[in-house]
Amino acid sequence: MPVIEVRNLRKQYADQVAVADVSLSVDEGEIFGLVGPNGAGKTTTVECIEGLRTADSGTVRVLGLDPRRDRAAVRQKLGIQLQESQLPDRIKVWEVLDLYSSFYPHPADWRALMDELGLGPKRNTVFAKLSGGQKQRLSIALALVGNPSVAILDELTTGLDPQARRDTWELIRHVRDRGVTVLLVTHFMDEAERLCDRLAVVAAGRVVAVDTPRNLIAGAQVPGVERPTLEDAILSLTSARSI
Amino acid sequence: MTALAKIIRVEAKLFLRDPVGMFFAIAFPALLILVLGLAMPGIREPADELDGRLPLEVYLPITMTLAIATVTMMTLVGVVGSYRERGILRRLSTTPVSPTALLVAQVAVNVAALLVACGLAWLVAATVFDVPPPGNAVGFVLAFTLGASAMCALALLVAAVTPSARASMGVGQLIYFPMMFFAGVWTPGPQMPDLVRKIADFTPLGAASLAVQDAWAGSWPTLLHLAVMVAFTVVLGGLAARYFRWE
Repeated sequence: MPVIEVRNLRKQYADQVAVADVSLSVDEGEIFGLVGPNGAGKTTTVECIEGLRTADSGTVRVLGLDPRRDRAAVRQKLGIQLQESQLPDRIKVWEVLDLYSSFYPHPADWRALMDELGLGPKRNTVFAKLSGGQKQRLSIALALVGNPSVAILDELTTGLDPQARRDTWELIRHVRDRGVTVLLVTHFMDEAERLCDRLAVVAAGRVVAVDTPRNLIAGAQVPGVERPTLEDAILSLTSARSI
Repeated sequence: MTALAKIIRVEAKLFLRDPVGMFFAIAFPALLILVLGLAMPGIREPADELDGRLPLEVYLPITMTLAIATVTMMTLVGVVGSYRERGILRRLSTTPVSPTALLVAQVAVNVAALLVACGLAWLVAATVFDVPPPGNAVGFVLAFTLGASAMCALALLVAAVTPSARASMGVGQLIYFPMMFFAGVWTPGPQMPDLVRKIADFTPLGAASLAVQDAWAGSWPTLLHLAVMVAFTVVLGGLAARYFRWE
């Protein structure tokens, strides 16, 4: 049974179609990437998977459960990192980790997680005084503090410096090695290529390809480019759609 | 410890870390009584138009209703508005805990601050100026509780329907200042003109102020005032629950 299964998802805001028809399935223990240009419908798709939005039509299952109807059960097993979400200015790093771990029946050890993400030296620092990268790492820690079976990470490494990005990738691999299934929304092709086992390429609200990064590159036909990169491959898949 | 108890504890800590908010919510009422009592001529002399009571004795319950308005229309509205705008409520809704818990915690922390503030104001009035305790203690607790509930409901409704934290704060202040007028901050006790009193009867803070003053003077709050406060709590609270947006 796939860990995440989406069938013919459709979501429209007023007269704008955000997701036209998305189907995908994420297997246990893989790191699955969702890539595509801005406005392609990636974030709306994951918000429907997270149960934060109700789809107009189609079905979504997470661990066999409906994220809207079985909200409570899904919440306990799903760790979510939201794009651009903040915390109160005056809350300290350890306080927020301690607080969020108390929301889950079988939480991870937040102290270990704090050290793993390099936030140990900042444990008594308030949120407003953290750098962009530290805030991002705290956000990742909060997605993992409930010891989830599935983690959905939206723009994982935005705002991180090159070393911090590589450290974060390493962390996500460790998380996966512990048996957590990861769904990753990303803009960065190097991240998609190095971190993801499989990718779904989304354009104009539809999935245009699902494959491993290697196969996507191998199958790319880009006129005038001898050795196309993943970026070339994805651009050629998505640009055809947006015209 | 349950998640809610832990949220309340953390919100209380955050409240205590904001010195400006702390000052206005907790210290201001006591300071106001102290300044009025020391500086305003005649406020400590028994007044004929108050049946021989001290004007300060009328000002103390008014200050307490002012404290209700400050905590609800300034602190509570501001924090809830910014929690929504900054995605904090939304983030909480990704966990097994409902973001309602955060609203409950905010109300609990602000009501606790309000009780401390009123306790301090009372302490100053009693020890420095010999103001006697409320004539009708049960009536006082009843009027104060209902007044605080009605204003909490109003605060949550303002936070529910305003589109941004700035708008929440702005609307909160637009309500705050005229409400102080109806609460009798400038025209205490019998000095309030009849027309103003008739309007005040039907505003949540006006009804609270008049009811608390009645109880302090020793009588029971009127049924009208109690009914007005209950009605505002139920109607505004219901609307807030219906229209609250988490993001």
